[in-house]
Amino acid sequence: MDEFDENLMDPSQPLSQLPGHSSRGRLERILRRGDFAVTAELNPPDTADPHEVYDRGAVFDGWVDAMNATDGSGANCHMSSVGICALLTRVGYAPVLQISCRDRNRIAIQGDVLGAAAMGVNNVLCLTGDGVQAGDQPGAKPVFDLDCMSLLQTIRTLRDEGQFLSGRKITAPPQLFLGAAINPFAPPHDFRALRLKKKIEAGAQFVQSQYCYDVPMLKKYMDQVTDMGLHENCFILIGVGPLASAHAARWMRSNVPGVHIPDYIIGRLEGSKDQKHEGKQICIDIIREVREIAGVSGIHVMAYRQEELVADIVRESGVIANRKPWRREPNIGDIAVIKAAQKKAEIWAEAQE
Amino acid sequence: MLLQAPDQTTTYISTGVHPTCRLGAKYTVRLWSVRNARLLEWVYNTLADVLLKLHWLWNYIGYHRVERPVVVIEKWAKSFLFDCRMCGQCALSETGMSCPMNCPKQLRNGPCGGVRANGNCEVEPDMPCVWVQAWQGNQLMQNASKILSVQPPVDQSLKGTSAWLRETAKRAAENSKQSHG
Repeated sequence: MDEFDENLMDPSQPLSQLPGHSSRGRLERILRRGDFAVTAELNPPDTADPHEVYDRGAVFDGWVDAMNATDGSGANCHMSSVGICALLTRVGYAPVLQISCRDRNRIAIQGDVLGAAAMGVNNVLCLTGDGVQAGDQPGAKPVFDLDCMSLLQTIRTLRDEGQFLSGRKITAPPQLFLGAAINPFAPPHDFRALRLKKKIEAGAQFVQSQYCYDVPMLKKYMDQVTDMGLHENCFILIGVGPLASAHAARWMRSNVPGVHIPDYIIGRLEGSKDQKHEGKQICIDIIREVREIAGVSGIHVMAYRQEELVADIVRESGVIANRKPWRREPNIGDIAVIKAAQKKAEIWAEAQE
Repeated sequence: MLLQAPDQTTTYISTGVHPTCRLGAKYTVRLWSVRNARLLEWVYNTLADVLLKLHWLWNYIGYHRVERPVVVIEKWAKSFLFDCRMCGQCALSETGMSCPMNCPKQLRNGPCGGVRANGNCEVEPDMPCVWVQAWQGNQLMQNASKILSVQPPVDQSLKGTSAWLRETAKRAAENSKQSHG
């Protein structure tokens, strides 16, 4: 564990400010210092019991740098992302607050961002959101007051200009690391990289991609991205996840919007005796390939209903090598506190020069 | 789990109707407009110039008085050509003559990640994605870089008003600023 990546007085509070950082979170520190980052998606519970959230977070403890709290993903109703994030920050985890434009208008979203930042959230992921038809309540009214691009701009305005969209002042602006989503696997393919450029202009500092099962297609996309130099202005995390079986893969391909799974992946699953194990192996192979692609800064593991596999996947793929992501430890010694203070002083001294 | 059984409370659901799809229209004319984006771009630019030249007239009669008749014509023409929803802040010149308000998510800044492999919409599987069309139409247009600029969120209070007159008044104000400044 790196003592530096923890607020040693109180793990639930943001870290100290570093020069050039827009948030006081762990994820931004890890990406900016050039480490290969690992984030994971937390499956939101259908309950009002906080311990369920803690338990689901504990599965990733010590293996990931941040956990995404989804905002009604697939248009299904679950515990809210703000609620989950607030609980996760209490115990010191670094959550990524996902905000989708499907359910709330600009008034609600700006309020939620301030509330979340006050609860210690440092990372926000701006999404358009799946259509209501994909979920369990297709009769709901789709809001889509903002889109992901104007959402990014809105939150950047809150942060950098310290004011709401209306121009009204905010006394203490939220300090946030702004993220967006990319899907290199959906048409129009030649527009996708330009769209990332647009998102960066709108304020995206990191992006997480849709599930990647087609590495050649990703490489093509990343070539365009690196040609435009976009990876220098934005950290790119590639989404990966284990497939439970060939049947599950087929179902995902036809029912989850925006997921592209090539036939040879499904063929490889079908041809194996233990499909679940093979799914995990495919995921690990993809991670190893993705890691070598220029411009990729990390991975985002979405192991829906297989969260217990994430630790194994991260360890076996060797993506974080010897680095140990932050984990909860009740008693930290005085030496750790002193070391952290020294390191902070060093970084500021370097920035002064 | 995600697949829904038909709603048992409704006895009749007409085919092809979705709550977010207010127009039951087929997409023939809309797709024609995208294929002829270059022509329509020219038509619009000419129209915009004519409207601007008549600025003195609108000013004389009063913009608020001409608003209603202009809205009627604008609505009729743009509904026919683009399935226009009269958002009042037309972005057709930036979106390859494919109206972004026809997107079920009303995206103003490009396609979402849910576009199907055949280029159709995630929400309405029969409809060609508005933004895939926009990208195609945009490449035909003379001013093709506009699609890359970030659009502000839609101002819902302008819904149903004339985008043509607003644009004319804006350009007239800019012109007079330039000549005075």
